[in-house]
Parts: sequence; C-alpha cells; structure tokens
Amino acid sequence: MSDRPMVIVGAGQAGLQLADSVRRGGYDGELLLLGEEPNLPYQRPPLSKQYLTDELDEERLLFRPEKFYAKKNIDIRINTAVDAINASEKLVTVGGATIPYSGLGLTTGASVRRLPIPGADGEGVVYLRTIEDARNIKSQLSLTSRRVVAVGGGFIGLEIAAAARELGQSVTVVEAQERLMARVVAPQVSDYYLSLHEDHGVDVVLNAGVREIERLPDQSMNVALDDDRRIPADIVVVGIGSVPRTELADAAGLACDNGIVVDEYAQTSDQNIVAAGDCTMHKNVRYDGSSRLESVQNAVDQAKIAAATLLGERKAYDQVPWFWSDQFEAKLQMVGTSMGHDRAVLRGSLEEHAFSNFYFQGEQLIGVDSVNRPGDHILSRKLIAAGVAVPEATITDIDGNLKALL
Amino acid sequence: MPKVTYVSHDGETQTVEVPIGWSVMEGAIQNDIAGIVAECGGGCACATCHVFVDPQWVSKVGERSSMEQDMLECTAQESTEHSRLSCQIKISEECNGLVVQMPEEQT
Repeated sequence: MSDRPMVIVGAGQAGLQLADSVRRGGYDGELLLLGEEPNLPYQRPPLSKQYLTDELDEERLLFRPEKFYAKKNIDIRINTAVDAINASEKLVTVGGATIPYSGLGLTTGASVRRLPIPGADGEGVVYLRTIEDARNIKSQLSLTSRRVVAVGGGFIGLEIAAAARELGQSVTVVEAQERLMARVVAPQVSDYYLSLHEDHGVDVVLNAGVREIERLPDQSMNVALDDDRRIPADIVVVGIGSVPRTELADAAGLACDNGIVVDEYAQTSDQNIVAAGDCTMHKNVRYDGSSRLESVQNAVDQAKIAAATLLGERKAYDQVPWFWSDQFEAKLQMVGTSMGHDRAVLRGSLEEHAFSNFYFQGEQLIGVDSVNRPGDHILSRKLIAAGVAVPEATITDIDGNLKALL
Repeated sequence: MPKVTYVSHDGETQTVEVPIGWSVMEGAIQNDIAGIVAECGGGCACATCHVFVDPQWVSKVGERSSMEQDMLECTAQESTEHSRLSCQIKISEECNGLVVQMPEEQT
C-alpha cells in the first residue's frame, strides 16, 4: 500500500459511502474525507419533507455519529474546500497546503440551478440544497399567512409545496412543462399528482414560464408569468434542477460533459481518480449512452463501484435506478424508467391512492411507478434486475403473486 | 431514556439508550450498530432495516401498518411473525428494555 492517503472530495451521501466502502473493502491506510459544509454528512432527502414539517430535527439527519469516523479511522474534515487538483502530481490543494493522494474520489455533488430572470436575486427567493438552505425555508414557513410560490413542479418544488400546505400556508406551483414531474414519471402519474395537489388546496399553474420577480414596496413580490399573469408571493421557492459540481474536475483537465465523465467502473479520464453520485455523467451497462442521476440510489451504488475501482477490483455499474418522493399522504416510488414505454399496465386503484403503473417496452418490463404500494416497488426492483417476464394478468390481479415470478 | 438491546445475527448484543420519539432504526444508526442498513433513511420504502422483535416484546411495540406488512413480504431474509421494519417502531417509555435481533442479510 502506498504511503500517500486516499482522498475523497465531497462529504455528502456518495462521499461517505465511498469512504465506508473502501474501509469495508479492506483498505487500512490513511483516508481523508473533505467536505466544504460545516456539518458532518447528513441526509438531504428529508430537507424538503419531514425536516420542514418538524417531524425530524437536525440531529437525526446525520448519517453517522461523530464516533463512527474515529472508529473507522476516517479523517473527516468539515469546513474544508478544495481549491485545486493537480492530477499529474497527484495532489490536492486546500487553503494553500497540498495533500498528496494515492487515489482520489470526487463526490462533489451538484448545486442548484438558479433562476436567470430579473428580480430573482435577493431576499425572499430561496433555493434548497443544504441544511442551511432548509433552515432558512423552515424559518420562513413558520411565520403565519405566507403566500408561497414554488417555481418548478419537480420533486423539490412539489415536496416543499406539500410541506408548506401542511403548515397552513397558501401555495401556488408554477411549472413550465405541460405536466408535473415530466422528467421522471409517466403522464398518468403526473395527472394523479396534479389532482392530489389541487385536492389539498395547492394552485397549480402549468405551461407557465416565469418572466420576472417583481419587488413590491411592502417587501412582498409578484411572480410575473410570460402571459403577464401575476402571482403574489411572500416566499418564492425555486426548484428547477441542479448543475453538477464539475469545476475542480474541469480545471484539472478531466473530461466533463454535464457532469464528470466516468465509465461503468466510476473511473474518470484520469486513472487515479474516480467519481460518484450527482456530479457524474456515467455509464450503466444496463443502458445505452450515459446519464446523470441525482438520487440516493445512484450516490450509494455508484460509490460502491468507485470504491472497488480504487481498490483495484473491477465491478461494473449495472444497478436499476430507483427514486422516491413523499408528497402529502402519497409515497411515490419509482424504479427503472418509463421513458420509451409502449404499454402501461395498472395495478391497484388511483381513487384509493394505492397503485403501481408498470411500463413495458415490447415484452420487457422497464419501469414501475408506485404510489403507496412499497411492496410492488421492492419486488419490481428485483423483477427488472432479473429481467424476467411479467404477465399482464399477474399485475392487474391485485392479489397476483409477483414474488413467485422471481 | 429507554434502553434498547440490539442483537446481531450471530448473537452479539449491544444495549444503548434511545430518545423517546426516535425509531429503533435511528437508535441503531446513531449508535453505529451494524446490521441495519436503512437505505431510504426511514421512509418505510426499502425494507433494509428488518429486525426480529423478541417474542416478549412483539405486542408492546405496536401493530404493523398495512404498508409495512407489504414491505415485510419483500425483505432480503424471510420475515417471520416477529418481524418488523425498525424504522416503523417508535420508541416510547414502554419500550424500555426492548430487545431486537438483526437478520444476516438486509439487501
């Protein structure tokens, strides 16, 4: 083993998993985990959900207690931003000091995409990525009679909209596309969520571009739409996607293309550097082409692959992607993809708020969206991974035994 | 604070204090007890925090929800009548002394 430490840049879910996995993989040398935020690694998904509604406090967001890092001999350094990577000399620069590495893992995540319109900068227009962002949103939602406008009808916008509504605020969601969560779910599921939000008193405006945030003398705002409609707001929550954090990789000369480009082994264009999580444009042997995913599943599974690569093993990334989103009483779980499906088969009932939509391309099951049917979701992950044939009749019969197909 | 004893699949025990309102899963994670994965962070969405509740305690930790029941059909290691998802067991005063055992496989 080299005397140089293994260094991981980025202490989110992927970074922590990468550190844990190289230890589990038998690496017993020096291991540095560098994070720029002032906290130990924490769970981000609850920030737009249970954290806002006060069901989960900050202490409970931490993935691991402080003693975990000591026990695993992981030298975690928070408040530590890396300035540069020198790939040819195998060094990272931190505040003027250099740290040599034997292998480097980049788990730099993503940052929020900002709204590029007049009036969007400044107080009252908020984004969500970090615990600090969430604290800010939470404190604003704790005031009474707030008019909340969510710009973006994706997971973040809709989850915050649901939380704000549960806290009694009046809420409007503005979405540019013709349906909600258009990037991730099939149209039937978008329609279900439109009704769900409307039934809970959320105003949803589709096909609406936002032109300007008008600042009014009383500190409130108008969200001005392309068609000149104006929606009054005290808080504007923007959830319009994210931008991969590629700046360090880019400056170091690594291949980047809407993410740090990695192969199915999480290897970047430099043989000593791996990358995992939201920041990567990656290959999955299950699919053609490359993709960038922002999810817990991708962070965890890809970090395990990256750890194997750092340890000189070769494990190709082939996991079926999965995601979830909690909005009001509906637990949405997605596995695989509905993109390119030619047939959708429904199990359960939309009226009863418990259903799964199974998507097929020819005879191949490619994806399943489930609402309040977590058992279907877990089994579907296994069915898609195994590539087994799933008869339509087994799906439509609510008692049909999916497990027996495995 | 209520004490909970976690028993690994091969019989090693660890007893820790878990705050009221937390889940049995969180008690394990925050005390760095191996054997509970909790991929989804406690959302009753992944079935990787499966535990076997000591028979004496089964009736005291509350009922499974129908969603949890569904999930228990899908655990990596076969569930039994004593199985629960530990993210769904909330710690109360009555849980003081609770004993749970982890399965060998969670994923």
